[in-house]
Amino acid sequence: MSKKVLLNNISVPGIQGYDVYRANGGYASVEKALKMTPDAIIEEVKKSGLRGRGGAGFPTGMKWSFIDKKTSNPHYLVCNADESEPGTFKDRYLMEKLPHLLIEGMIVSSFALDAHTSYIYIRGELLYVYHILEKAIAEAYKAGWLGKNIMGTGYDLDLYVHPGAGAYICGEETGLIESLEGKRGNPRMKPPFPAIQGLWMCPTVVNNVETLAAVVPVMNMGGEEYAKIGVGKSTGTKLISACGHINKPGVYEIELGLPVEEFLNSDEYCGGVKNGRKLKAVVAGGSSVPILPAELFLKTAKGEPRLMSYESLADGGFATGTMLGSGGFIVMDETASVVKNLWNFTRFYHHESCGQCSPCREGTGWMEKVLHKILDGHGKMSDIDLLWDVQSKIEGRTICPLGDAAAWPVASAIRHFRKDFEEYIQNPQSIKEVSYLADLVEA
Amino acid sequence: MKFSDDALDVISRIKKRYPEGKQKSAILPVLHIAQAEFGGWLSPETMDYVATILNILPVEVYEVASFYSMFNLTPVGKCVIEVCRTGPCWLLGAEDLVNYLQDKLGIKVGETTPDGMFTLKTVECLAACGTAPIIQLGETYHENMNIEKADKLLADCRANIKEPISHWSKKHIKKEQA
Repeated sequence: MSKKVLLNNISVPGIQGYDVYRANGGYASVEKALKMTPDAIIEEVKKSGLRGRGGAGFPTGMKWSFIDKKTSNPHYLVCNADESEPGTFKDRYLMEKLPHLLIEGMIVSSFALDAHTSYIYIRGELLYVYHILEKAIAEAYKAGWLGKNIMGTGYDLDLYVHPGAGAYICGEETGLIESLEGKRGNPRMKPPFPAIQGLWMCPTVVNNVETLAAVVPVMNMGGEEYAKIGVGKSTGTKLISACGHINKPGVYEIELGLPVEEFLNSDEYCGGVKNGRKLKAVVAGGSSVPILPAELFLKTAKGEPRLMSYESLADGGFATGTMLGSGGFIVMDETASVVKNLWNFTRFYHHESCGQCSPCREGTGWMEKVLHKILDGHGKMSDIDLLWDVQSKIEGRTICPLGDAAAWPVASAIRHFRKDFEEYIQNPQSIKEVSYLADLVEA
Repeated sequence: MKFSDDALDVISRIKKRYPEGKQKSAILPVLHIAQAEFGGWLSPETMDYVATILNILPVEVYEVASFYSMFNLTPVGKCVIEVCRTGPCWLLGAEDLVNYLQDKLGIKVGETTPDGMFTLKTVECLAACGTAPIIQLGETYHENMNIEKADKLLADCRANIKEPISHWSKKHIKKEQA
């Protein structure tokens, strides 16, 4: 059986509501934390080895320890619930099913960071989840877990939900902060990092929904126990949202270190590739991470079975590996066109580029056009090198990582599927329009 | 042009979520409410009015409204059919779904039917890739879409929708007040 520390109570009827959540051990971590010092909590989180679950995988305890303690300005905790990385839908699931788990994690984290006002920045499209969170927050206020003098400890905390309005870039933490200030979501130059100057130029920590929820089991179990789950520096569990050509799309909590083959084929998880087709490629951690062909996805270049962990998925660097990213697991079967899928992703990044940095603003559009030209049957062999050249001039040359996120899919598709590009260019008639209309009628 | 009393009440509560002097932060929720109250889109007059409510310059509202994809800056039909077109939905047929809807409604993406009933819009990843393809209509996610369900959705709209529906609605504004 798989180890679950986040979704263990998800099937309990009524767990969305406060009473059932509390009766099943909810808010115990707050009781424990409020008796500790903030520094002791940060120490537990450091010991747990918990890493940011939004995509970057940065150690959470370390991020917290950067917060400026010398300033007299207020501290803020902001939950990044702007989930919009293509392939990722785990935070939506967690907030919808277990809203109190996020609130509980945010109370502990706010206390550790000496924040007295915290925000959940949720993407605007998820309005129905916004309602769920507001209802749960009202319940938590009523029960005395939020507001003034929480549980008689003298600690005050207000928690609010803030809606976005449709912009992928607001998932980048400084873009999110700008948006929360009521502006366009243009990312800021770093340094200064948000821990020094974030929301309204005050010390701010921005953490992903799943990261903040994971603080609850970290507190309940203790950092050392939590660190025993998982493998190596990939401690704990991770929510993976699986989609694409598989039999059982959905959100799964896995213990980090699970073999990818088991995740893909076991009936407990994805249940194998749909319609008995062959696996062509996998984008393992959201659209931004490098795409891998089936053979490199299942086994590393050294021939070892690949595991669902930060290190194993990254084994081989970008030459033969990828990233765990946000856990957006997109499976493509043999009928999928890597080139056309790449065009779709590139079009997405072009659409979502905020436009501040020329390499990203211009480069994403240029790559989209070249890919469109190839798919339109007018490609030249030199276009492949042109694409390579453009992506290499975006990566690392922008204020925020959206530029990298747009470059990596292009680089990896050329690296591993150059033949597919060549085939399209040499023989435009081979560009078969795969129609899914039949599936849409049958489904 | 004036917000309803319910909307003004909700706006004053929302403004209190941010520290003194930082009420500009309320701009996104206030624009959502404005879109719900004034016909499903943000006209220049609506944006100017929002600026007065938040005590900021009109240009501060324009630059925000034009950045976020949920805000419509031109008039829309009563029902804005938003089809996700990003990777995972596309892998499972979103392109065919969009083509089907274009044929069925006799309009292209971005256009509105002559009777003012439907606007067809494509949007980016809605975080529902496991139940792709997906259509959002108002605040509702319609998941695992297929041709039959799409037809039914359009028929339901024709039969039941009299007032424009936007993401935020009067119902939502009421919920916010509770």
